[in-house]
Amino acid sequence: MTELSLHRGISAHRIGAMILRYWYLLLSSWPRLLELLYWPALQVITWGFIQYYIAENASFFARAGGTLIGAVILWDILFRGQLGFSISFLEEMWARNLGNLMMSPLRPIEFLLSLTVMSLIRLAIGIVPMTLLALFLFHFNVYALGLPLIAFFCNLIFTSWSVGIFVSGLVLRHGLGAESIVWTLMFAIMPLACIYYPVSVLPVWLQHVAWALPPTYVFEGMRALLSENTFRIDLMLDALAINAVLLVASFWAFLALLRSAKKHGSLLSGGE
Amino acid sequence: MTENDKASSRPTVADRGASVAIAVDHLVKVYKQTRAVDDISFSLPRGSITGLLGGNGAGKTTTIAMIMGLVLPTSGRVQVLGHRMPEESAAVLGRMNFESPYVDMPMRLTVRQNLTIFGKLYAVKDLSDRIAELADDLDLTDFIDRANGKLSAGQKTRVALAKALINQPELLLLDEPTASLDPDTADWVRGHLERYRRDNDATILLASHNMLEVERLCDRVIIMKRGRIEDDDTPEAIMARYNRATLEEVFLDVARGRVNGAKEAAR
Repeated sequence: MTELSLHRGISAHRIGAMILRYWYLLLSSWPRLLELLYWPALQVITWGFIQYYIAENASFFARAGGTLIGAVILWDILFRGQLGFSISFLEEMWARNLGNLMMSPLRPIEFLLSLTVMSLIRLAIGIVPMTLLALFLFHFNVYALGLPLIAFFCNLIFTSWSVGIFVSGLVLRHGLGAESIVWTLMFAIMPLACIYYPVSVLPVWLQHVAWALPPTYVFEGMRALLSENTFRIDLMLDALAINAVLLVASFWAFLALLRSAKKHGSLLSGGE
Repeated sequence: MTENDKASSRPTVADRGASVAIAVDHLVKVYKQTRAVDDISFSLPRGSITGLLGGNGAGKTTTIAMIMGLVLPTSGRVQVLGHRMPEESAAVLGRMNFESPYVDMPMRLTVRQNLTIFGKLYAVKDLSDRIAELADDLDLTDFIDRANGKLSAGQKTRVALAKALINQPELLLLDEPTASLDPDTADWVRGHLERYRRDNDATILLASHNMLEVERLCDRVIIMKRGRIEDDDTPEAIMARYNRATLEEVFLDVARGRVNGAKEAAR
């Protein structure tokens, strides 16, 4: 795999080959498929019942029906989007296949693009049943959010890819010893992204940090939509701008970490 | 003959002639305090089979990894099929391939699925025909739809070899290609490599601990020790120089530091 040169053509058939590789893998392993469905379903059921209880006892949630369960679904888009990206990458590390790919004509940008497509496929497998459960069990129809849902989804998935690209670079550089970062990094931004409460709950100085994260805009936007019936397009555009910066920065970081891995010989070891 | 003795007679990276498959020029790799590869130079003509010998930690794998572009040199230059590595790797990666015990084929995928994916990555034309041809040549047909993880060591090696040959590479880099194979399968693999070189005029660089394998396959042997080239010649010339009947005895002389004594005895 060469260092990235954007002026060189990106090959659709190489990206297609990698998607096919992950698709074969998914189909070959029912535990992998089950894992995609299991946690989102568990989340939505748990939080759905909590919301039922709170809605009967709290005036805010009574007004803004679906805020909690909507937040759970959007959080899962963010978290599962990143996991879908990173797990496909980790599969190469676990299979000790990275050297084969690095030595092939596959370029970093093509590899990463194939991982983004797989993140969407894995997300669809997990999230669509989750939204249907929310609809049938708790009468919350996330699709009724309409066009704003597309804006929410795009901003969350872009953030998830940025995080996915960055942590994949870390694993590339530091081997499977850095694997835990894949599972935990997103939780580090969870309190700051204000998933279940408004940004105003945070101390003022921390609010500045929170507003540096695109998901914060999405969750604020969702609350505005559900409680005030207002779509805050300004929030979505701000999130999009930050996401553009994050995507470029994470890609740059990935290339820098790849170069560092080659310098330190990490691609030969790949282990701990 | 030492590295320095031979340096002047070896072609350098400047030799961009079409006859050179690999040119390594004053290559150095330092990991913290360790000089894994210490100022080595050699060039391999196209169509040759060269054995890279040396004990554990001699620098063979690091050298091959630098040729492939998987490891960046600390200094020095590598040129593969007329292109500088890793800067121009996009121009050559589709024309070369490798097999190594440091990598595996994905275990859950079938042999056919694996070969299909790598065939697509290498943009192999008429891929189904090529897979069928390899399955026939390498005797994969009986287990081509079986998951790679369920194969025996010998079968996995043949599959890895099929992956390494999927794009009919002009340059093949092999790190311990017959490690952990029984003698029959190992012999069969060697025979296949010989035929592949002959039929395709391919260049093969082979790192091995198996001296019989190197004697049988290689036109030339480069012996490495502690990151440096200890000797570089045909197997026959090296055995004559050390007054030994086999490369294994030469290897032991080099590994145990009996180099000068052996050479003097030969004189």
